[in-house]
Amino acid sequence: MGDVFTILRDNWMLLLIGQYPTGPLGGLAITVLLSLLGLLLAFPLSVCIAVARTSPFAWLRRSAMALIYVVRGVPLVMFIFWVYFFVPLLIGRTVGGFTTMVVTLVIYQAAYLAEIVRAGLEGLPQGQEEAARAVGLSYMQTMTKVLLPQALYNMVPAMISQFVSTIKETSLGYVISVNELTFAANQINSTLLTKPFQVYFILAAIYFALCFSLTQFARHMEGRIAAKRAGTAKSKAASAHTNAKVLPAA
Amino acid sequence: MSVKLDFSVLLRDEYPRMILNGLATMFELTALAWLLAVVVGTILAMIRMSNSRIAQAFVATYVEVHQNVPMLVQIFIWYFGIPALLPKDVQHWFNTHNSEFLFAFIAVGLCAAAYISESLRGGIRSIPKSQVEASRALGLSFLQSSRLVVLPQAIRIALPTLISHTVLLFKNTSLAMTIGVAELTYATREIESQSFQTVEVYLFSTMAYLMVSLLIMGAGTMLEDRYRIKAR
Repeated sequence: MGDVFTILRDNWMLLLIGQYPTGPLGGLAITVLLSLLGLLLAFPLSVCIAVARTSPFAWLRRSAMALIYVVRGVPLVMFIFWVYFFVPLLIGRTVGGFTTMVVTLVIYQAAYLAEIVRAGLEGLPQGQEEAARAVGLSYMQTMTKVLLPQALYNMVPAMISQFVSTIKETSLGYVISVNELTFAANQINSTLLTKPFQVYFILAAIYFALCFSLTQFARHMEGRIAAKRAGTAKSKAASAHTNAKVLPAA
Repeated sequence: MSVKLDFSVLLRDEYPRMILNGLATMFELTALAWLLAVVVGTILAMIRMSNSRIAQAFVATYVEVHQNVPMLVQIFIWYFGIPALLPKDVQHWFNTHNSEFLFAFIAVGLCAAAYISESLRGGIRSIPKSQVEASRALGLSFLQSSRLVVLPQAIRIALPTLISHTVLLFKNTSLAMTIGVAELTYATREIESQSFQTVEVYLFSTMAYLMVSLLIMGAGTMLEDRYRIKAR
C-alpha cells in the first residue's frame, strides 16, 4: 500500500496534466477534455439522428437506423482505426491522435445519444404533439419548442451515464498513442517496471472516483426529475430511461 | 482518390490462416467469457437477493467497480497487475498456458458478469413478492419457487438487456488485442501493416464484427418473440 502513495507522490503531475508546462498537455486533463468535446459535439448530431429516426419519411428513418446498428455492432477500436486511416485520406493531411479520437467519439456517441433522445421523444405523452399541432405549430416548431425541450430534460440522467461511458471509452486512445490517462499510467509503469499492480490500481481508482461520482449524480438527478414529473403528468419518462439504458457503450 | 477494392489480398500468403485464426480466437474468447459472465452474474444476482447486508454490499461494490472502470484498464490490471501478486509457480503456469488469452477471458467475463447480474436483478425485482409468497404457501421449496415461478418470468423481462450486454461483451473481446491476443482485430492490424491494403482488410473485419453482432441481436429478438407471454 505504501508503494501506491510513493508512486502517486512522484507522478501525480504526470497523471493529472501530463508534461504540461514543458511538454504537451496529457493525463486526466486530456481524458476529461476528450470526453467533454466528444459528448458536446456529438449532441447536436444525435438530436438530428433521433429526429430522423422518428421522422415521417421512411428513407430517413432507415438511414438513421442503419447508422445506429453499425455503431452498435462494430467495436470502438475498429472505428478508431477507420478514422485514423481515412480522415487523413479525406482531408489530405495527417491528423493527430487527439483529433482522431474526438472524431471517433463524436460518431460513436452520436448514435448512442440518438437512442437516448429517441427514447425521450417516444416517452412523452402523445397528447403533447397533438396539442402542439392543434394550436397551429408546424412540425419543426412542435419539435423545437414543445417535444425536444421536455424530452431532453427527462434525459439528463441518461446523458450523464453516457458521459461516463465516454470517459471510459477515451481510454482506448491508448491504442493510437493519445496522451491521455491510461497512456500516462503506461508510461509510469514502463519507467518503474516492478510495480505494475500498484500503477494500474491507481489508474483504476482515478477512473472509478470520476465515473462513480458522476453515476451517483445521475441517480440523484433521476430521483429529482421523477419526483418533479410525478407532480405534473403520469409520464413514461421513467420507462423511457430504462429503455435508453438498454444500449450501454463500452 | 481512386477507390478500387481488391479483396484477393485476403487470400494471399499467410493471410487466410491469420484471418481464420483471428476469427476462431474471437469466437472462443466470446463464448468462454460469456459462459463465465452468465455463471458469475447469476451467482452475484442470487447473493444480491439474499438477506445478508454484507453479501449485498459486496455485490454492490463488485458491480460499481466493474461498471465504473474502463474495460481496457480492467484488462491491464488482470494482465499486467495481478500476475505480479501471484506466487512464482502460478505465474509460470499462466505464462506457459497462453496467459494473454486466459487473462483477457477473465477480465472480459468478470466485467460482463457485473452487467448481467444487474439486469437479472432488475428482472427478479420486477416480479411481485406475492408470487413468491403464493408459491411458498402452495408448498414449493425456495429453489422450486425460484426455478419454476420467479426465474422464468424474470429472465423474460431481463432478456433485452441480457442480449445487449452479450453484444457488448462480444465487442469488448476486440480489446484483447492490446495485450497481444491474436483475435480478429489483432490479425487485421497485422495484415494491414504487411499488405498496406487498408480498405479491404478493415472492411472485411468490420463486416465480420457487424454480421456477428447483428446475428446476436437477431437471435435475441427471436428469443424474445418466442417467450413473450401472449396477451389474450
